[in-house]
Amino acid sequence: MTEVSAAKEDAVATGELVVLKGVNKHFGALHVLQDIDLTIARGEVVVVIGPSGSGKSTLCRTINRLETIDTGSIAIDGKPLPQEGKELARLRADVGMVFQSFNLFAHKTVLENVMLGQIKVRKADKKKAEEKARALLDRVGVATQADKYPAQLSGGQQQRVAIARALAMDPKVMLFDEPTSALDPEMINEVLEVMQQLARDGMTMIVVTHEMGFARSAANRVVFMADGRIVEEAAPDQFFSNPRSDRAKDFLSKILHH
Amino acid sequence: MFDFISDYDDPSLWGAFWMTVKLTFFSGIGSLVWGTLLAAMRVSPVPLMRGFGTAYVNIVRNIPLTVIIVFTSLGLADIFRITLGAGDDVKVMSFRLAILGFIVYTAAFVCEAIRSGINTVPLGQAEAARAIGLNFSQTLRLIVLPQAFRSVIGPLANVLIALTKNTTVAAAIGVAEAAYLMKTMIENEAQTLLIGAVFAFGFVVLTLPTGLFLGWLSKRLAVKR
Repeated sequence: MTEVSAAKEDAVATGELVVLKGVNKHFGALHVLQDIDLTIARGEVVVVIGPSGSGKSTLCRTINRLETIDTGSIAIDGKPLPQEGKELARLRADVGMVFQSFNLFAHKTVLENVMLGQIKVRKADKKKAEEKARALLDRVGVATQADKYPAQLSGGQQQRVAIARALAMDPKVMLFDEPTSALDPEMINEVLEVMQQLARDGMTMIVVTHEMGFARSAANRVVFMADGRIVEEAAPDQFFSNPRSDRAKDFLSKILHH
Repeated sequence: MFDFISDYDDPSLWGAFWMTVKLTFFSGIGSLVWGTLLAAMRVSPVPLMRGFGTAYVNIVRNIPLTVIIVFTSLGLADIFRITLGAGDDVKVMSFRLAILGFIVYTAAFVCEAIRSGINTVPLGQAEAARAIGLNFSQTLRLIVLPQAFRSVIGPLANVLIALTKNTTVAAAIGVAEAAYLMKTMIENEAQTLLIGAVFAFGFVVLTLPTGLFLGWLSKRLAVKR
């Protein structure tokens, strides 16, 4: 109990929004997250990069408890993640999530996708929900597609709808789990632009990505992960021009020079 | 040639097939509802519910339908005095008991069809639903089941057609449906082949449109991914 209230005071005092402490997770014998300590401040944009299998997606998914953790603690806005149930559902509504494979509800129109959470979780009035949904779809540039089904849209459009769906819940923080990895190259920019706009608007964002350009231009901080550990944390300029760890140097040499 | 048909009025040929339709209709609705609940139990996070769902399906679908139907009459009604509010009206009672038996039996097959449909819904759909704050039952009701249903309309049509034909078992406890009348006719008339053909044709008339309609519906409602 004392720990909880201490964490709460911390959050208020310092504007810490997401706090991970000593997080460990195993998939069978594989130790995918090893003693992760990470704090994300309100309004901060943190980009998590690293080689495949380094645990960065898993890390992202533990923050709204789509993956459970073995030990350690995760707190959002001073509240530790609750067990599965009502409390957790309420907390998830405050944490927007954008998936690699979009995961738009396939049997609902684009508009319904963005309205559903507002109506069922926030108990919003149907008319207000529709207004808000249309405004958000306009903001991400797919307003004209509102009445289509997800399968009728391009990947880039689907991902922008997915961002609108998450924003419709007025989240405190947005998680992006490789949002552009399933996209054709010419559609990546339209999604990144929406994300950059979000970052400029002051949204707290945790972004797992391979888009180094986005990391350079939009991130406040780059977190480099390898083999389930956070190896290096630095401002993007510093990280890309002068990485300290050998692991990061090796990784950057492979992706930046073809 | 078909003179014998008009000799019967309790039930008449139409009356008997109408009874078949009523049995199918009420049992169909009931087993869809109960089967869906069973499927929900089988995918629920509560171990007790999962266990119940699994046990129910594995026991019930392996008991012959005739045993279940006869038990509703000889067991439920005669021994336990459960008449489903029919009082002394034997006709109403056996009608209701038969429907209960059909629901109990068919729901096991409906459950398994729906469960296989749930398995066709990508995991990401449920994850996205949970990620916007929907709870387990909302996720199931609003996202997973609607998609699961659409992918199993074909298999459900099979179950419904089988149910239509299975209602003939109700004759065993004296429900005056098609097979009951057929048996009476065969006992009294010489045209056995013709009688068989009339009833076979009757069932095809009932089930063929069901199958065609549901086949069309399943194409129309298919979820595009």
